[in-house]
Amino acid sequence: MAQTETREPGLHTVTVTVNGKPFSREVEPRQLLVYFIREQLGLTGTHVGCDTSQCGACTILLDGTAVKSCTILAVQAEGANIKTIEGFADANGKLHPIQQAFWEEHGLQCGFCTPGMVIAIDQLLRDNANPTEAEVRRGLDGNLCRCTGYQNIVKSALSAGRKLRGEEPFEKPDLAMAAAGGH
Amino acid sequence: MFPAKFAYAAPSSLQEAVGLLEDPDAKVLAGGHSLLPLMKLRLAQPKLLVDIGRIPGLNYIRVEGNQLAIGALATYRDIQLSQVVHQNAPVLAEAAHEVGDPQVRAKGTLAGSLAHADPAGDLPAVVLALGGSIRAVGPSGERDINLDGFFVDMLTTQLQEREIIREVRLNLQPAGSGAAYLKFDQPASHYALTGVCAIVSLSSGTISAVRIAVTGVGPKAYRATAVEQALVGKAANEEAVKAAVEPVANGVDVQGDIHAGPEYRAHLARVFTRRAVLLAAQRATSS
Repeated sequence: MAQTETREPGLHTVTVTVNGKPFSREVEPRQLLVYFIREQLGLTGTHVGCDTSQCGACTILLDGTAVKSCTILAVQAEGANIKTIEGFADANGKLHPIQQAFWEEHGLQCGFCTPGMVIAIDQLLRDNANPTEAEVRRGLDGNLCRCTGYQNIVKSALSAGRKLRGEEPFEKPDLAMAAAGGH
Repeated sequence: MFPAKFAYAAPSSLQEAVGLLEDPDAKVLAGGHSLLPLMKLRLAQPKLLVDIGRIPGLNYIRVEGNQLAIGALATYRDIQLSQVVHQNAPVLAEAAHEVGDPQVRAKGTLAGSLAHADPAGDLPAVVLALGGSIRAVGPSGERDINLDGFFVDMLTTQLQEREIIREVRLNLQPAGSGAAYLKFDQPASHYALTGVCAIVSLSSGTISAVRIAVTGVGPKAYRATAVEQALVGKAANEEAVKAAVEPVANGVDVQGDIHAGPEYRAHLARVFTRRAVLLAAQRATSS
């Protein structure tokens, strides 16, 4: 499906599926995918940190692969299947195992980098279901935490791996008890 | 940060893309991970982006004869995950793993990196060490450009204005050889302050053949031919290699910036060339 156009910059229609829902919007060619998602679709869970493809706060899944949406044009995503952080918890609000691990391991401080971290870890664990700590650190090369809270982010990634492999319950027993009001 | 305004076209074939490049202010967009950052900083302001990313069938990686044929849209991630690469030119996969970070590797392409010719890019050193050619398509058809001589200067290659890389053709690693890509990177950007690729063949413990290429040091990636010549016939030990790598930055316009001045970069080039040669030799099977 070729879109061709001559010199005059004009608007293009971009149609994508985001978190299972179809969206169609008019965009300027220079519209970046992260602003398309945040401002035109209203999904503000995807963050803009450095805006120079270093910090990873804008990480999304584009056709299943983690990418930095600040360095992709919205027009390049035409027809794509996108998943943002809003698509991780299920419809009833039950957290994704990676999110649950962040909650339990205190994997976030200010929370700004968290959406990008969760999605980078999702990619990492799909590539390598049982990573070593060193592999987790290497796999998070593209994500910066401005609170420098890396220790607990790495712990969260390792815990998420155990949960996804079934080596650890989805919910830590002491936390489950606290949620039920028991002490 | 937004780029300056431009028009956008997504042709469905390379021929159509070459036609659109008739516009002298047009640029080719593939993964966009070199071009879009420059456009956001307004260091590049093309009037038309020709997005080749929608052209089908260009992300292949396969063996053809004694070469790897890598399509224009194969990403670093594709290279990292390719069994064909791991079996035939593992140093290419090793180096692809060193580029940027996982998200960047999922979009950036080998062909785009070579066309861009960043003096601190990782892959230019690896393709020069492997050897091979660039298959470019332009208004008058296809031509093969030898990789030796492909890089002309900083951000400049032998590609003509309206030419697009269709395929990168790389020689397979010679049987029994060992290879390594080692770099000293700038920790935020992961660009190479110095990156060295060495491919070494051994015969009875001495170096019988070697190819070395260096990135991040001069205005373009280059073969260290003086070092290659000095190494042939030498034992693959620390002392002999250390002496042989001395001239690695001689005659090179060594670059300097806030991260590393020219003297330090030249020093890094010697240290990393020594380490890369020794590691490659360790990985080689003596015949």
